[in-house]
Amino acid sequence: MCPPTILLLPERPVPISLLPLILPLAGDRVQAGFPSPAEDFNCKRIDLTEQLVQHPQATFLLRVRGDSMKEAAIFDGDVLVVDRAIRPAHKHIVVAVLDGGDFTVKYLHKRAGQIRLVAANPTYPDIVPREGQVLEIWGVVTASITQFKT
Amino acid sequence: MSALPSPLFALVDGNNFYVSCERVFRPSLCGRAVVVLSNNDGCAIARSNESRALGIKMGTPWFEIRDKLPEGSVVALSANFGLYGDMSNRMMSIAAGLGPEQEIYSIDESFIDLSGVRDVTRRAVHVRSRINTWIGIPCGVGIGQTKTLAKLANHVAKTAERKPGSYPDDLAQVANLAALPASDLDAVLQATELGEIWGIGRRIGQQLKDAGLATALDVVRLDAAMVRARWGVVLERTVRELQGMPCIDLEGQPSAKKEIASTRSFGRPVTHLEHLIEAVTEFTQRAAEKLRRQDGVAGQVAVFVHTSPHRKEQPQYSRATVVPLRKPTADTGLLVQAAVRGLRAIYRPGFQMAKAGVHLLDLQDGSVEQGELELDDGVEDRGQLMHAMDHLNQRYGRGTVAMASAGVTGTRRNWVMKQERKTPDYTTCWASMPFAIA
Repeated sequence: MCPPTILLLPERPVPISLLPLILPLAGDRVQAGFPSPAEDFNCKRIDLTEQLVQHPQATFLLRVRGDSMKEAAIFDGDVLVVDRAIRPAHKHIVVAVLDGGDFTVKYLHKRAGQIRLVAANPTYPDIVPREGQVLEIWGVVTASITQFKT
Repeated sequence: MSALPSPLFALVDGNNFYVSCERVFRPSLCGRAVVVLSNNDGCAIARSNESRALGIKMGTPWFEIRDKLPEGSVVALSANFGLYGDMSNRMMSIAAGLGPEQEIYSIDESFIDLSGVRDVTRRAVHVRSRINTWIGIPCGVGIGQTKTLAKLANHVAKTAERKPGSYPDDLAQVANLAALPASDLDAVLQATELGEIWGIGRRIGQQLKDAGLATALDVVRLDAAMVRARWGVVLERTVRELQGMPCIDLEGQPSAKKEIASTRSFGRPVTHLEHLIEAVTEFTQRAAEKLRRQDGVAGQVAVFVHTSPHRKEQPQYSRATVVPLRKPTADTGLLVQAAVRGLRAIYRPGFQMAKAGVHLLDLQDGSVEQGELELDDGVEDRGQLMHAMDHLNQRYGRGTVAMASAGVTGTRRNWVMKQERKTPDYTTCWASMPFAIA
């Protein structure tokens, strides 16, 4: 629930005056009191999006379902930051689509012309595309966000 | 002194845009016949190539598609405009990298000014492939000396890809007409039916055909002065543009609208006045928001209701009225008051209303207010309140703050749109992200 918003409306009409009213320009520093010691160190607050998203147009968020990547610290319910502008390479964690199926998150292994998808959990077998199957690498996972219950 | 660079334009256009957006998040739809349906799941507004091949035309009603084709041969989806809007923003911002200026022409098309850009064809190929890799949307890029030629080039780029043999293969995906030798350009124009030309509508097209013309080449060879005398300046402009003389500039900012409409077909028939009041209030709120976004004020409010023209067996009713405002305003409260007053005047019980809407008319620039003798001083300026309302709705979602007559939100409103086949808001809602199986 949002707190109620209180709006201040002018109560009385303001009389017209022909004299110019001088107002300080917004953003101008008001010369009163002591200057803030932080004034000269004016910085922008850390922006998480800026840190986690390298290519904003090419970045999508996906929700994880399953535990096959738990040893890579990707857990059920996590949110993946997926960047489609990064060229997928050996040992990247990727989101892949095998034969137009579901999105799958796995390690990409590319060795000696062979491609396989490898889980980070020994109870899952590698996925090796068979002859005639189409494997699409949808995007490269650049971060995984785990939120804790508070 | 160097001469001004000769003008050059590109049109970047997403292929089967709505279907392509859906396929990015549902890879299983690739290679399948897919259609996206209009509001209320009425008729096809986007088709995959496979759907086109099945003979589904733009605007075919869904019940017709469903009845004619075997079950399961076509996947029909309700339009997911939140998703298309976000994908469009991403596409436009990548396309903007092609040249110094961009005009966003529609949700899936933008013109780019290429004057002064070197190596345009190679750059266009690069931007096209970047859009495809980054967001998964296939595009066509057309390049020409005028916007009309760029639009025609775009048609060539798309058609050459979809129907091999229709145009030279090397014009598929990216077609730069400005780089073609004159004889090749003539061949392309000869292969293009005149109805495909931007700016030639059905009526003028028929008149040209009656005059013995058939292709774009026939139109290019017309004498512009003769066209002006016989058909007027609009067609003359099109002919000159086709001849390579730019007459239509890039429009950076969309110009302020002269009329703002908010209308909707109901999810199911509505008979009660109170429900219509809810709907009309909601429509007016949306229209008022748009009005304030362009800093305008409206002098009149038109409101209409009608029954479904497709259900001929039921009693038909259709009325509209215009309510003038005492003073032009952008105040939602005053606009809603006027719209509801109009609605009460035209409402008749006993009819199954299928659609209603509100038009804000007589729009003026809100910053030039006319002086007026105050006849009653009960009306206060609620500009600040309106500003706060828009801000809250933008920040916390539509409907956070509303006029009381809009009723409650959610499924209890019985006039909301029918969208039975809508995919989730994958990219705009934290709770609706696509899943990745780990």
